[in-house]
Amino acid sequence: MSQTWLLVALVGAGTVAIKAIGPVLLGGRPLPGSLSRVIELLAPALLGALVAWQTFGIGEALAIDERVIGVAAAAVAIWRRAPLLVVVIVATLTTALARAIL
Amino acid sequence: MAERTFRDGARAVGPLAIAVAGFGISFGVIARAVGFGWLAPIVMSATTFAGSAQFASVSVLRDGGTVAAAVAAALLLNARYAPIGISVAPYLTGSVVSRFVHAQLVVDESWAIAAEGEGRFSRSMLLGAGVVLYVSWVAGTTVGAIVGQGIGDPAALGLDAAFAALFLGLLVPLLRDRRHVAAAALGAGIALALTPFAPAGVPIIAASAACLLGLKR
Repeated sequence: MSQTWLLVALVGAGTVAIKAIGPVLLGGRPLPGSLSRVIELLAPALLGALVAWQTFGIGEALAIDERVIGVAAAAVAIWRRAPLLVVVIVATLTTALARAIL
Repeated sequence: MAERTFRDGARAVGPLAIAVAGFGISFGVIARAVGFGWLAPIVMSATTFAGSAQFASVSVLRDGGTVAAAVAAALLLNARYAPIGISVAPYLTGSVVSRFVHAQLVVDESWAIAAEGEGRFSRSMLLGAGVVLYVSWVAGTTVGAIVGQGIGDPAALGLDAAFAALFLGLLVPLLRDRRHVAAAALGAGIALALTPFAPAGVPIIAASAACLLGLKR
């Protein structure tokens, strides 16, 4: 029991601190030029990584499963300029369907 | 483009909030099954608010790991919130206390929804999306921790594909020129290449190094 609460306290405190660093120290001020050029590419870099990881990652392994079909369907929906809500629903339903069939 | 509001952020994240609640339920169920009791999972979701890190730390304990290993896994996964926090810092105005509180609402999904391209972020979108995600994450965890077993598996409903789809949908409009495409491709490549070899969290934080392409003119 105390092990559980130790974990909850340490992970909570660490995460709160990590999230707070940037906004507390740099909040409300523009970033210096070279840093802002780097940060501008942070969103595409991290989103690319998150798409890849959420599509193929299972914990610390890679796998090809029904998510790939769902994400491919989402890509078609994005290409057809569907709203984000539709994109997410298409991915979810296609994945569920693929799991039910395959 | 009209100024986007708190409500726009809350609305934009709506479909994802359902998936997040589903995963909150499964976090509650899993944490309880590992022996967390019913209160600790809820407190953890309310204070940590970072799903993947919470799942990782609980699974390390379940597999017989130490508390130190579980904490390290969670904090490695959350290390990406340091650069993410820096990216939104210019837009989080207000007192130190409000910046501190608002920073806690930054998760992958609220950050991505608030991104307006070229490194700009909408503060009200970030906060609107963040509040909705926070409520659905904590509410889902509460249901899972109290009701426990017998709730459906979110993966069977295809909800695990919702996150990749959302991130892809948010990424595509940001791909304005070759530099952005290169950063996204490099980030994805780094994450996939490292996943089988590195501890959870390391591939994603390493992928953020792809933004150093910005130093090249």
